[in-house]
Amino acid sequence: MASASGSESAQGLRIVAPPFIYALLMLAVPLLTIVAFSFFKDGYQTIIREFTFENYRAVWADPIFRTLMLRSLLVAGMVTVVTVALAFPVAYFLSFVVRPDHKSLWLFLITIPFWTSYLIRVFLWKVILGHNGVINSGLKSLGLIDQPLTFLLYNTGSIITTLAHAYAPFAILPIYVALEKIDRSLLEAGRDLGESRLMTFWRVTLPLAMPGVLAAVLIVFIPTIGDYVTPTIIGGGKIPMVANLIQAQMLDIDNKPLGSAIAVTAMLIVTVLALVFLFLNRRFLRMR
Amino acid sequence: MRGGGLRAYAIAYLLFLYAPILLLPVFAFNSGTIIAFPLKGFTTEWFAQMWGNATLRRAMLNSLTIAVSSAVFATCLGLFAARASTRFAFPGKGPIMGLIMLPLVLPEIIVSISLLVVLLGIGIPLSVFTVILGHTLICMPYAVAILTTAFSSLDRSLEEAAQDLGETKLSAFRLVILPLVMPGIISAMLMSFTISLDEFIIAFFLAGNEPTLPTYIFSQLRFPKSIPMIMALGTVLVAMSILLLTVAEYFRRRGVARTGQKDSGGFI
Repeated sequence: MASASGSESAQGLRIVAPPFIYALLMLAVPLLTIVAFSFFKDGYQTIIREFTFENYRAVWADPIFRTLMLRSLLVAGMVTVVTVALAFPVAYFLSFVVRPDHKSLWLFLITIPFWTSYLIRVFLWKVILGHNGVINSGLKSLGLIDQPLTFLLYNTGSIITTLAHAYAPFAILPIYVALEKIDRSLLEAGRDLGESRLMTFWRVTLPLAMPGVLAAVLIVFIPTIGDYVTPTIIGGGKIPMVANLIQAQMLDIDNKPLGSAIAVTAMLIVTVLALVFLFLNRRFLRMR
Repeated sequence: MRGGGLRAYAIAYLLFLYAPILLLPVFAFNSGTIIAFPLKGFTTEWFAQMWGNATLRRAMLNSLTIAVSSAVFATCLGLFAARASTRFAFPGKGPIMGLIMLPLVLPEIIVSISLLVVLLGIGIPLSVFTVILGHTLICMPYAVAILTTAFSSLDRSLEEAAQDLGETKLSAFRLVILPLVMPGIISAMLMSFTISLDEFIIAFFLAGNEPTLPTYIFSQLRFPKSIPMIMALGTVLVAMSILLLTVAEYFRRRGVARTGQKDSGGFI
């Protein structure tokens, strides 16, 4: 039996080898490279392979980095709260109200906008919110305003609106999956034992849905931190986030060690935040 | 009807999701040169302008080349990963599958700058080929996810029966497993194709001077004159995406029906 399981693991390793090697070469090696770069010195257009912490010292001392990192965290945090709060009732509706044979149609309708060009969706928000945009020109032609509203575009609020719209399906799906797993007899038991509908939701449904909510939070939070397109298009270059800073250091300014150090620092901050978040919510994850 | 309030909310939410996309055709057929209300008149000029644009044609050709290649590579690699993870136990399975699925949660800017640094470092010139490398990497986890569902619903005894009846491991895989997971394969390919066609960041960093559709669109957004044409292009792209996804959904459901499991719905 030992040899049979040995050959099974050998066979499994052989089969998983092509995708694994691809991910090693195209992902693990590049990630390790920028980690290594972040400890090197920058010569003009070359990299001096000498170990130094100077880049990290520069990153932490840089007020621009601190501002942009804080802004990215704030924007991503707001987007996450808005997206998950708006998505929960929809996921609840899908799981508890929609007839089983209609569920996949609803899921399909919700996922379609996510698969249409991200760039165009972001730009359309600029069209909607802009100086001559849909809202302003619409209100003007209705005679409600004389001057275009200027507070709509080029601010943090418009970045949050755009991102919350873009990441909506990401939040709905994990919550929906968690709700689907809930044993319906538990809810009946709660009601039979004299809890009201609201208390049953609060004490049974919500705790059991928490793994999905936590997944939704991370799935929305992590990519929004690194978003490049929305601050560029909606912020009009006036409200850069950390991805814009990384891009500028890596390409425009061409200081690859410093750019790498910013990228690594940002990834570390996000990882630590995600782990702390999971740790604080560990009681919900242990229940399963 | 149950859940009246929730239903109204869900429909309002769907409207919010679709509102920006519904504006695309409105302005694509509007003869006014600025994107604003009130609308001027009906025209197909922007679509004609789009077909006549040589750079756009080149971008389209590049994007199609990249999307088809990435879809094929990602699905092939995904087949290996999904087969290994559903059928075999092997040491280091968690970390190995974790690395393969990592691009799902990594911001694309990190994937692209790290790949860029390595490619420039070993002297590979940026081209359509380097974009294919990056897109294959980010499409692979989606392909693995879809194919894992397809493989895990398979009854293992079917394969064993084929082997008992004298087929080799390979021919049992080809004759029994492959036809059963074929809908999953097609669905994974269409999904990867759609992702690659829309992907901007990696193409922006790794394409060098070659335009792709998203990088072309991005470069034109600065020029107010080009916007109506971009709206027409967007309309075509959205229509294409919806068509592809409907086909992918059709195959996914057929796969679900074929292996006789309950339809839990959805792509992810």
